[in-house]
Amino acid sequence: MKWILRAAVLASIVFFVLGPLANLAIWSVAEQWFWPHRLPSQWGFRFWEVVFRPTGRAMEALWLSIWIALLTTAVCLAVSIPAGYALARGRLPWRPVVMLVFLLPQAFPNLPVYINIARIFFEFDLNGTVAGVVMVHAVHGLVFSVWIATAAFAAVDPELEQAARNMGASGPRTFFEVTLPLALPGIVASAIFVFLESLDEFTGSYFVGAPEIRTLPLLLYSAGAGGNIQIAAISALILLVPSILFMLLVERFLKGEVLAKMGR
Amino acid sequence: MSARLEIERVEAAYSGTRVLKGVSLDVAPGEFVALLGSSGCGKTTLLRCVSGFVPVAGGAVRMGGRDITHAPPDKREMAMVFQSYALWPHMTVAQNVGYGLRLRGVARAAIAERVAATLAMLKLDGLGERNVTQLSGGQRQRVALGRALAIDPQILLLDEPLSNLDARIREDVRHEIKALQRRLGITTIHVTHDREEAMVMADRIVILDAGQIAQAGPPEEVYNRPVSPFVASFMGANNVVRLDAAMSGGRVRIAAGPHNRETDLTAAGPLEGPVVAHFRSEAARLGVIDEDAVDNALALDGRIVQAAYPGGFWRYAVAVGDRQFLVDDARKLDVGLPARIVLPADALHFFSASEA
Repeated sequence: MKWILRAAVLASIVFFVLGPLANLAIWSVAEQWFWPHRLPSQWGFRFWEVVFRPTGRAMEALWLSIWIALLTTAVCLAVSIPAGYALARGRLPWRPVVMLVFLLPQAFPNLPVYINIARIFFEFDLNGTVAGVVMVHAVHGLVFSVWIATAAFAAVDPELEQAARNMGASGPRTFFEVTLPLALPGIVASAIFVFLESLDEFTGSYFVGAPEIRTLPLLLYSAGAGGNIQIAAISALILLVPSILFMLLVERFLKGEVLAKMGR
Repeated sequence: MSARLEIERVEAAYSGTRVLKGVSLDVAPGEFVALLGSSGCGKTTLLRCVSGFVPVAGGAVRMGGRDITHAPPDKREMAMVFQSYALWPHMTVAQNVGYGLRLRGVARAAIAERVAATLAMLKLDGLGERNVTQLSGGQRQRVALGRALAIDPQILLLDEPLSNLDARIREDVRHEIKALQRRLGITTIHVTHDREEAMVMADRIVILDAGQIAQAGPPEEVYNRPVSPFVASFMGANNVVRLDAAMSGGRVRIAAGPHNRETDLTAAGPLEGPVVAHFRSEAARLGVIDEDAVDNALALDGRIVQAAYPGGFWRYAVAVGDRQFLVDDARKLDVGLPARIVLPADALHFFSASEA
């Protein structure tokens, strides 16, 4: 009885996780696939060629998405490293309030927030610019990066810093030679999260960026909505690659003791 | 090279609570001073005031005549061994030990040489390339000591460095550290709550109580001539008898009580009225009730209520009236027997009851 249950659970996991992925993979190589056929009637890599054509819009969108994701990661790290350190060492007054402020963008439904942001950005001519999209992504990414960075710095025993000061290292030198290297795994993990979130982000990019800024998720959306299922499937598969690669990295970097300090 | 350390009426406070209430201490070059006290007495705070991690609210700290009261911790040329060892897990043993030298701009080859010599001195040869997380507790403790000694500090600060070690290793390490300190002649301040550790290692013991020095002196002086009931109890004389005393011809006359006869003792006076006498379990003897009172000793009549064998002798709980005392004796005696606690005059530390 037990093994039947176990097999059923495993089978459903395989079906629900791998099923949609298999569907994507099949669609990406289907040149003709009409109802009521179970499988495509004509196979081929024609649409891959379309997507990867140097002049193709998909590649352009991919590079733009990566560029925006890198900028977003840089902005988030520039804020989260000092903020996380200050929050972890508890030298800030109103510490819980500050932590809550970083969480706030997540607390409200995305859509109204982004529509309002888009309206405000319109005033400052930020709609349809890379800077505008990066800002929207950064607001979203700061939630992860500040909280994870705070946890990463909190996991560094203050006595390790004191030992460096005691040996004669100045404050900044202690930070760069002891604190930061020890918090780095957590910081790297947070950077990866921010990068992936930005790469996948749709709602904000749509309201603030479209139509001038065409990131890969936006292209995927318009391709899917326009019936270009093959293009949409290939874009989705491309988006999967960095996610899987980075998740493997994160799994190696993010250790239990960092997670244990989350939200403190 | 070692320096004199002068601590002058130092005060410190944590969020409004005064932890140090004006502590003055002069440590001679090469001297080994133990700061002894129970938790919360301020001993660790005092060490952290000296090392610069706790701001000094009043008074002054001087090292070799230089005022360092408000100097940042990295400008003090003191080396500290932390209770947690505080070794950097992202560096190897050699990198940990050599870090202070690297900060001082010492050439790479010279660092390697110095690190190797330090590791050899601490019997850590061949462990230089290990990660500190791969070491045993005793090895980590020695790496922490090596890191501190490698920079040739003027003053060595030890913050309960032995409290995380197994009891068996601890005994050896006490003597090793003491021998090393002697040989290098470094001015050392050692914080501990372990009386025996302080006695064995230090040239001078400073007992702290509630942010003030209760007594300071060589181990045998603090042990044999405690100046207050607190110090007497802390140094192990924690059996307390309440008595009435008067002076009589240069001796102290103890008035007869419900459990003792009138007795004359040679003791440091003058004592008048109600007093408390502290004594150690090992300084007392058990006599049989009918025996005559021993000369120059106080006898308390009671009954054995409990017996234990801690090793080498028996320890009895003896009830005298409604109080119990712990007394050591070599003989095996039965629980329930009447017994007389015999306390020679030099086993008793008298204090006026108003001090207690």
